[in-house]
Amino acid sequence: MTTQNRPLSPHLQVYRLPLLALLSIGHRLTGLALTFGTFLLVWWLVAAATGPEAYATAQAAISSVIGRLLLFGWTLALFYHLCNGIRHLFWDIGYGYELKAAYASGWAVLAAAVALTLLAWVWGYAALAGGAT
Amino acid sequence: MSLRSPLGRVRGLGSAKEGVGHWWAQRLTALSLVPLTLWFCASVAGLAGADYASFRAWVGAPVNAGLLILLIVAVFYHAMLGVQVVAEDYIHGEGRKLAVLLITKALAIVLGLAALLSVLTILFRG
Repeated sequence: MTTQNRPLSPHLQVYRLPLLALLSIGHRLTGLALTFGTFLLVWWLVAAATGPEAYATAQAAISSVIGRLLLFGWTLALFYHLCNGIRHLFWDIGYGYELKAAYASGWAVLAAAVALTLLAWVWGYAALAGGAT
Repeated sequence: MSLRSPLGRVRGLGSAKEGVGHWWAQRLTALSLVPLTLWFCASVAGLAGADYASFRAWVGAPVNAGLLILLIVAVFYHAMLGVQVVAEDYIHGEGRKLAVLLITKALAIVLGLAALLSVLTILFRG
């Protein structure tokens, strides 16, 4: 009995996921990460409504090194999910299903997410430098 | 032969549930979040390092407070629907799935309400 040449299902530990699969699972992972990120948004707003001391605590946590790293990751996840979400909306109305188009839009999403993230942080640091008055 | 109509037979069975409503709500919140997110990110980047008074002044401006309220409602509704889909796909035990779905909905309501009340407090108390 030969067991060779049987069709194999993609085994996740040895199968290199194609870009489109990575983008797809990335949409879900960033969605979950952003859901956890809402805790930060709520904390920030509640602190501002509570008083100056609470706001100072939240501001110090956000501007610490760990806070900035988390915020940077969250910004990247947000712009990725936003751009890829627009890609999904185009699919929903029936555009961009061909393999070539799907790859092109996938790469465009990655480039746009990185560009928007960098733009937001440059904008933020410019505000920090200029608006310290 | 049954005298029941085809719609009566499928109602409550299989795919004749609320899937379309869920699907639509997720797409419409996504669509509304595109401009709201871009506005929010640009605003927050501009607010980097803002002190207490200037941050409260920004939240308390009626247009900003209104857009924040729209953003909060859309974000938590969208997140709740999204986490629900992920939980339904990957959690197989019915009891555990139900527990996760209920906790997700409760957290979305509590966090969304906390954020909304904070905005309203700043808006009306100045």
